[in-house]
Amino acid sequence: MNTPALKEWPLWEVFVRSKQGLEHKHCGSLHAADAAQALHMARDVYTRRQEGVSIWVVPSAAITASNPDDKGELFDPAADKIYRHPTFYAIPDEVGHM
Amino acid sequence: MNATQASAPLGGSAPNAAGSVGVAYLLHLADNAVVLGQRNAEWCGHGPILEEDIALANVSLDHIGQARLLYQLAAARMGGGASEDSLAYFRDETAFRNYTLLELPHHGPLVGYAASDRDYAVTIVRNFFYGALMVLVWDALTRSADTDLAAIAAKSLKEARYHLHHAADWVVRLGDGTDESHARAQAAVDHLFRYTEEFWLPSPAETEAVASGIGVEVASLRAAWDALVDETLAEATLSRPAVRGYVPEGKLGRHSEHLGYLLGEMQGLARAHPGATW
Repeated sequence: MNTPALKEWPLWEVFVRSKQGLEHKHCGSLHAADAAQALHMARDVYTRRQEGVSIWVVPSAAITASNPDDKGELFDPAADKIYRHPTFYAIPDEVGHM
Repeated sequence: MNATQASAPLGGSAPNAAGSVGVAYLLHLADNAVVLGQRNAEWCGHGPILEEDIALANVSLDHIGQARLLYQLAAARMGGGASEDSLAYFRDETAFRNYTLLELPHHGPLVGYAASDRDYAVTIVRNFFYGALMVLVWDALTRSADTDLAAIAAKSLKEARYHLHHAADWVVRLGDGTDESHARAQAAVDHLFRYTEEFWLPSPAETEAVASGIGVEVASLRAAWDALVDETLAEATLSRPAVRGYVPEGKLGRHSEHLGYLLGEMQGLARAHPGATW
C-alpha cells in the first residue's frame, strides 16, 4: 500500500490475431492498471465474438507515431513511383497464385 | 487450480441417470447459475469502468448460458410440458435451490437499497467464493455418471476458470490496494464468508445425486476450496474471519428476503406476457 493509487489508468493498444490470420492486427485500445489486467480486459472487450486466438497489449505511450504534418514529405514522394509495384512482370505459371 | 483427485468416475451404483433421478440436483446447479447471473447483470451499464462493465456482463452471460443448459436438461427429464422458461420464470422463491450467498444484494449487511450503494468489493468477493467452488464442482462433474451433465460440466469448467481468475485478480487488487479498497474488500469478506458455510451442508438433492453417481459430494471439496481461497486472501493481505452460528439454507428453499425481489424483476415480464417472444 505504498504506491499511490493512479487517478487515471494508462492507455493500452490491443492487437488480436484471428484464427486464420497470420499476424496480430490492431483492433482498438483500452484503459488498464497494468499489462496483466490489460490482457484480461482485451479478452473481454475485443474477443467476445470469437475474433481471436491470441492477444498482444502494448502501452500506448510506447508507440512512436509519425507526425501528421509530415505526411507530405513522408508519403507523397512515393505517389509517382508506380514501378515499385511488381505489376510489370509476367509471372510464370509455375509460381501459381501470388 | 488443478485441485482435483484422480480422474476416476464419481462413486455410486446407478450409471443410468435418465428419468427423474437427479432433477433436483440439476435444478440446484441451474438456480445457482441463474440467480448469480441475474444479480450480476444489475451492473450492466453501471460498471465501475467500461472494460469491467463488459467483463462482468460476460460473466453473467456465461452463468445464464449454464443455467439454460441445465434447465433444458432438467425439463427434458421432467416431461409434462416443463421447459427452461417454465423452470426459470414460473417457479416461486421457495422452489429455488440456490445458495443464499448468490441472491444477496451488492452491498454490505447494513446498507440501504439504492443502486448507488452497490459495492463492487461485495460483487467481486462473492464471485471469488463461488468461482473457487465451481471450478472444483464442474471439474468433478466432468466425471459424472450422467453424461449429459458431464458435457455441461466440461463446457462450464472453462468458463468457471475464467470467472475465478477474474475475481481473484480483483480480490488481490482491492485487498492489496489503497487503504480504502483494502477496508472495503475486508468488509466484503467479513460479510460474505459466513454464507459459504452453506456450501458444505449436504442437501437431500445432493445426497441423492452422490448416491447415484451423478453428483459430487461437496464436502469432499472443502480442503481444496480452503486452499484456493486462503492463497488468494493471503496475497490480497486480507484475513479470513472466524465463522460460527447460523448456516444459511437457500439450497433447501429457505431464502433471505432478497431472492423474492430478484425473482420479481427477473420473472415479471414473462409472467405478465406468458409465452411472449421477442
